[in-house]
Amino acid sequence: MKGLSAKKKEPKKGGQSRNLGVYIWKHKYLYLMLVPAVVYYIIFCYVPMYGVSIAFKDFNPMLGIMKSPWIGFEVFEKLFSMDKFYSVFWNTIRISIIRLIFGFPFPIIIALLLNELHHDKFKRVLQTAVYIPNFISWVVVGGILTSILSMDSGIVNGIITSLGFKPIGFLTDEKFFVPTMVVSMIWKTFGWNTIIYLAAITGIDSQLYEAATVDGANRWQKLLHITLPCIRSIIIVVLITRIGSLMQAGFEQIFVLYHPGVYGTADIIDTYVYRMGLQEGKFELATAVGLFKSVINFCLLVAANKIARMAGEEGIY
Amino acid sequence: MAKQKYEKQGSHIKVSLGSRIFDAFNIVFLTFLALACFYPFWDCLVVSFSSLKGYLSTNIHLWPSEWSFEGYTYMLTNIDLWTSYANSIFITVAGTAINMLITTMAAYVLSKKNLKGQRFFMFMAVFTMMFSGGIIPTYIVIKDLHLINSVWSMILPTAINTYNLVILRNFFMDLPQELEEAALLDGCTEVGVLFKIMLPISKPALTTVTLFYAVDHWNEFFSAIMYINDKKAWPLQLFLRSMLFENDAAYSGGGESLFLLGQPMKMAAVMMAIIPIMCAYPFFQKYFTAGMTAGAVKG
Repeated sequence: MKGLSAKKKEPKKGGQSRNLGVYIWKHKYLYLMLVPAVVYYIIFCYVPMYGVSIAFKDFNPMLGIMKSPWIGFEVFEKLFSMDKFYSVFWNTIRISIIRLIFGFPFPIIIALLLNELHHDKFKRVLQTAVYIPNFISWVVVGGILTSILSMDSGIVNGIITSLGFKPIGFLTDEKFFVPTMVVSMIWKTFGWNTIIYLAAITGIDSQLYEAATVDGANRWQKLLHITLPCIRSIIIVVLITRIGSLMQAGFEQIFVLYHPGVYGTADIIDTYVYRMGLQEGKFELATAVGLFKSVINFCLLVAANKIARMAGEEGIY
Repeated sequence: MAKQKYEKQGSHIKVSLGSRIFDAFNIVFLTFLALACFYPFWDCLVVSFSSLKGYLSTNIHLWPSEWSFEGYTYMLTNIDLWTSYANSIFITVAGTAINMLITTMAAYVLSKKNLKGQRFFMFMAVFTMMFSGGIIPTYIVIKDLHLINSVWSMILPTAINTYNLVILRNFFMDLPQELEEAALLDGCTEVGVLFKIMLPISKPALTTVTLFYAVDHWNEFFSAIMYINDKKAWPLQLFLRSMLFENDAAYSGGGESLFLLGQPMKMAAVMMAIIPIMCAYPFFQKYFTAGMTAGAVKG
């Protein structure tokens, strides 16, 4: 890329726009290859971002986003006076936080345990097994869950009743629905992060371990003083990403499995937006809820990144 | 891997009792975990080959107590299954092709750190990971583009996954520059450099990203539930959802409870959806670690 680096030394003043034209022409193929992506981002990401303005409008589908009249914060005033809004908001936060508390450390522990295995082939088989659920859709997982959690013919309740307890309605009982969602979410997704951590562990310089052995460190000490510090930055990256997605409580999963009986604890922002917007046609309200969610999401991500940087980590951007 | 070797050497010297006990527990625990990941699929497979009576007779389905192929017979003769199967295959093939073309080109350009505007375009892409317009505004855009009830609504709105774009871009950035420079001096265009020189040496990353895209399309549910009402455009996942969760009279086959009547049939439907993934999985698996870490480490 000689042209690219040479260009930087060009004088800035005079005929700048012509120079820019020459520059772009010189690299026309590069810019052309970027065009489809730019078009995609504009149409499917940035136009919808402009579309959030309907949260401040009296939206009329006939007039479209641009021409509908502005009405200020009326929609939000209505929204903040609705009990249902607070209910779905807290449900979202609750589910996400429970998931973070249990789901974040789990893959780290599993990666560390897998790393302690001596048998390479066994290790590979286990990796494959824990990774498989990642590739299955939530509809399929939902179907499998209804089967193994069924009250009268599922294995889980089979075990519970054989221990002398009453069968539990994991998917029908409001008390058990959210824990079931959390456990199945962890079951489906922990393999992904496990593989990422494991790859990071594999990349650690083996001389560190050799030196520690010479110094008489045992396995536990090596784990604590070598392995964990070496994968610290990747752990932080994953944590930031997870904090940045706290407002995503898992639309597909809950949408597939929830029913009016569990709305009290399991109706989250996204499912609510879907029902209100696409089924009842209240576009402004649904957009306002969505915007509220996006803004909080954004703030969480920026805050998490900032804290990570203050702690001396790289952050994700 | 290197650590593995070292551990083995270490074990010659001295292995404490505590260490051995830990190993034993570790093996037992991880085996149990792997079984917990694998058993549900096995359960599903066994139920799909069971008769309804056999299914109901026991809680733990390790082997069909009474074989039956009724579930599969029903599914394979169901016209809706084949329509949705065809849709899903189209979405997966066409969608992944479009994904890979656009993503690879963009990732290559964005890997040129000195290119003017590179930072701006990179920000444009990454910002979409941080902030989005949300469900309804996107829906309105799709509607204005007349994509509702079209299979393209499951292809175009997901034409780029920014995470995958970043993976590929980081991978390209790590490749040696000399090859490119030599080719450019020989009069090759940048397009030629990308397709003739960069892509052949990027197989692990390309394979990984292709797989991620293909699986996402095969499992496409979100766009479908948002934009598709017409049964003719249903992808497989919508068909499955109606089979598994909706008390659609058409599938209940009489007055009995659908849930009980249909469990082997439902699991047969589930198997139809996961068999293609299970078949493709072994071919791609070896590339994962290489491909995934490239993007993950640098975020």
